[in-house]
Amino acid sequence: MHPRIPLTDSTQKFEAATLPHLGAAYNLARWLLRDDQHAHDAVQEAYLRAFRFFDGLRGASARPWLLGIVRNACYDWMRQHASLADQLVFDEERDSVAASPAVADPAALWEQRAQRGRVNAAIEALAPPFREVIVLRELEEMSYEEIAQVAGIPIGTVMSRLSRARAALRIALHDEAANSNLGGKRDVNA
Amino acid sequence: MSTPDDDTLSALIRHEATHHAPPAGLAERIAADLRAATARTVVAPPPVQARPWRRWFDAALVFGAGAATAWVVLGSVVTLPGATDRTVDEIAASHVRSLMAAHLTDVASTDRHTVKPWFAGKLDFSPPVHDLAAQGYALSGGRLDVIRGRPVAALVYRERGHVINLFVWPAPAHAADAQTRQGFSLAGWTQGGMQFWAVSDASPPDLQAFAQTLRAQIATAASPP
Repeated sequence: MHPRIPLTDSTQKFEAATLPHLGAAYNLARWLLRDDQHAHDAVQEAYLRAFRFFDGLRGASARPWLLGIVRNACYDWMRQHASLADQLVFDEERDSVAASPAVADPAALWEQRAQRGRVNAAIEALAPPFREVIVLRELEEMSYEEIAQVAGIPIGTVMSRLSRARAALRIALHDEAANSNLGGKRDVNA
Repeated sequence: MSTPDDDTLSALIRHEATHHAPPAGLAERIAADLRAATARTVVAPPPVQARPWRRWFDAALVFGAGAATAWVVLGSVVTLPGATDRTVDEIAASHVRSLMAAHLTDVASTDRHTVKPWFAGKLDFSPPVHDLAAQGYALSGGRLDVIRGRPVAALVYRERGHVINLFVWPAPAHAADAQTRQGFSLAGWTQGGMQFWAVSDASPPDLQAFAQTLRAQIATAASPP
């Protein structure tokens, strides 16, 4: 016989509360870290962290609580791999204009001809504090209050970051479209 | 050139940006982590002078607590003899082990004419083996497993990213049953003198669909055309 692993009450409660949000957790991590394997590891680590502090949840909504832990795990990862990560000292004003999408990469350029690729590339080019509010607001459809809880910032900051992120996305998508038109790669009627 | 307003931009992002889905196996990895963490916290502080009887006593206590809480949590939806409850626990644990230990199949084949004969001589019964690839559930192999001390057949199916373990052994007729353990879905039924338990990380409705498909297939095969 195989040894039995005891199943405890807290484990079951934790899984029931958090596993339904695995999709949102992975989506956030994948957008923040921009890599499948790193996102996988960060989510795995975050769930263990969350399990340790599960007693502190006390009936509050599990979703923003869990996503906050996932977010912190991702930022920890970025800090530990600073050479690969985005700007670590975040400047609200300076960083609000997105770097242009990675036009030097021919594969990325090819992908960007599709609209899906253009939108993804524009979001990926945002600095993480802007990227996360866009992902949480537009893809996870969270309220300002929930986003504030996840990111650990005031609601007013959530709103101003969303506003700046949207402005940066408009510029990036507009520039990219203009570049494509200049290059004659896109149908001018599109 | 005009810039799109916020609503247009939101719609564009919601429609075009990728919703990254968690990779297959991540839920299992997390469940395994939690089990390991739980095992450490529950079992880690051993008595200083651990005598064998004392350890068995502790293990019995831990098992009793686990079974009791499982009973409380699931009691509202499940009223079954404790024996079935333990069987389901073992099936869920076996499913997790099969994924963790990279020991999913002893015989890896999508051909039921390879898988079914493989069990001959290893078991005192012949499990029904059906390939359901046409219905979206590809047979990927089989292995021997042990549930409640009894050798059983475990058949492995894949549905998109999900692994479905199907445990089969001879048993008298019993009511069909659906349960969940640690985020895994389980569906059990008896048919043709065999007990079937399917377990997967697929959602309960998805696993029920698999169970229905397989039951129909077995029924068709059993009745003369």
